[in-house]
Amino acid sequence: MGLLARAPGARLAALLPDLPAHEVLRPPEIGAVMVRGRVGGTGAAFNLSEMTVTRCVLRLGCGAVGHAHVQGRDKGHALRAAVVDALMQTGAAAEVRAGVLAPLAAEEAARRGLRAAKAAATKVEFFTMVRGEDQ
Amino acid sequence: MYVAVKGGERAIGNAHAFLAEERRGDPGVAELSVAQIREQLRLAVNRVMAEGSLYDPDLAALAIKQARGDLIEAVFLIRAYRTTLPRFGGSVPVETGQMAVVRRVSATFKDLPGGQVLGPTFDYTHRLLDFKLAAEGEVPVAPMALASGGPVPHVMAMLDRDGLIEQEPQGAAVPPDLTREPLEMPAGRPLRLQALARGDEGFVLSMAYSTQRGYGRTHAFVGELRIGAVAVEMEIPELGFAVEIGEIELTECETVNQFKGSKTEPAQFTRGYGLVLGQSERKAIAMSLVDRALRWEELGEDFTGAPAQDAEFVLYHCDNIQATGFLEHIKLPHYVDFQAELELVRRLRAEALGQAEAAE
Repeated sequence: MGLLARAPGARLAALLPDLPAHEVLRPPEIGAVMVRGRVGGTGAAFNLSEMTVTRCVLRLGCGAVGHAHVQGRDKGHALRAAVVDALMQTGAAAEVRAGVLAPLAAEEAARRGLRAAKAAATKVEFFTMVRGEDQ
Repeated sequence: MYVAVKGGERAIGNAHAFLAEERRGDPGVAELSVAQIREQLRLAVNRVMAEGSLYDPDLAALAIKQARGDLIEAVFLIRAYRTTLPRFGGSVPVETGQMAVVRRVSATFKDLPGGQVLGPTFDYTHRLLDFKLAAEGEVPVAPMALASGGPVPHVMAMLDRDGLIEQEPQGAAVPPDLTREPLEMPAGRPLRLQALARGDEGFVLSMAYSTQRGYGRTHAFVGELRIGAVAVEMEIPELGFAVEIGEIELTECETVNQFKGSKTEPAQFTRGYGLVLGQSERKAIAMSLVDRALRWEELGEDFTGAPAQDAEFVLYHCDNIQATGFLEHIKLPHYVDFQAELELVRRLRAEALGQAEAAE
């Protein structure tokens, strides 16, 4: 679900162009979630800021219910994420995993890897200057 | 006092049309897209998200375009928009220790697990204008190195292991929220941090600077400054467990400050904390200094009368939307108020002149 929430909506639409028959139980709705932090990173919770989130619940013809909460305001993204969540509970799970989730996971890993590699190139390698009196 | 007046509708309509034309500028120059603002003015977008208190880079970029680059006006647009959104709930507190860091430096320890990672920083640049940017250039490419993938623990955890730094007490599962309840004094630390996180960067910076210059000095070291992405999780009642609903970029600053201790408790360093949306380290450092200055009472320090120690002063004046709303309202018609004052001054003068004439 986290993978679907973080994925770019357009990319999910490209990987899942056709939607199976479904009944929308809670139409895609845009709202906010209050993001919390901890004092000192470890202490009491405090409210940091809200973020936009879109949620959706639907049921496939077979009865599987799919839930989605995705970052941002893309209703199509939430709808497709809920469809994938529902499909993962059906016989189509393996197919969806290979056709949608695996490419999304690979692309995300590549994006993160690239950023981590650029950060790693800025890691400081300290060396100590030779002090005059040691010579 | 305000009085209802009619008229000015045509003038207002035309003023807004003029504003729209000025916003576009010279039509001979290509129009800015929202995506360009989001990608290339990212630090402005970060500031609007932080002070608008809503993480949504596309909306913040749109607000900057609409506000013609006036960031406080853009923050105002975001604040107005967020009031229209239903609240789905609160997240599980983010784990900044698990952050995928792009920058992480410590001013207190040279060698530390995870190392000093500079990231995309302005530090060590020469602050000379780069005229190459004025010409259309090629896309720059950052060098890469093998990432270790090892943990990047909080510096504070290292001090905590030896008992050298105060422990952070736990608090309420649902912290107070100044967007739901009016901010009232005394404000506990969670409420103060919420106010500072959405406070004006310039105001928080000046307050922090005043502590460094001696108005409520706290002797702060930057124990750690880290920037990177963290996962946001929320409990979904229908599911009965927490799911990840997205990922946001944060800047976190932890300061190590001078000690507290007593006859029964050995001396320990104390802490200040800053956490801000996006890459915003000036604000995060400033926030941690102001947080620490505001803790004087709890740490048994003296109130020296410094503005940064005065929670009421800091928290009631750090919000730039409240401040700008009250400040700018004085340019709106106050004709009746002023007429009353004019009458009063004329009467006082007439009385004074009358007395002077009678005396002659």
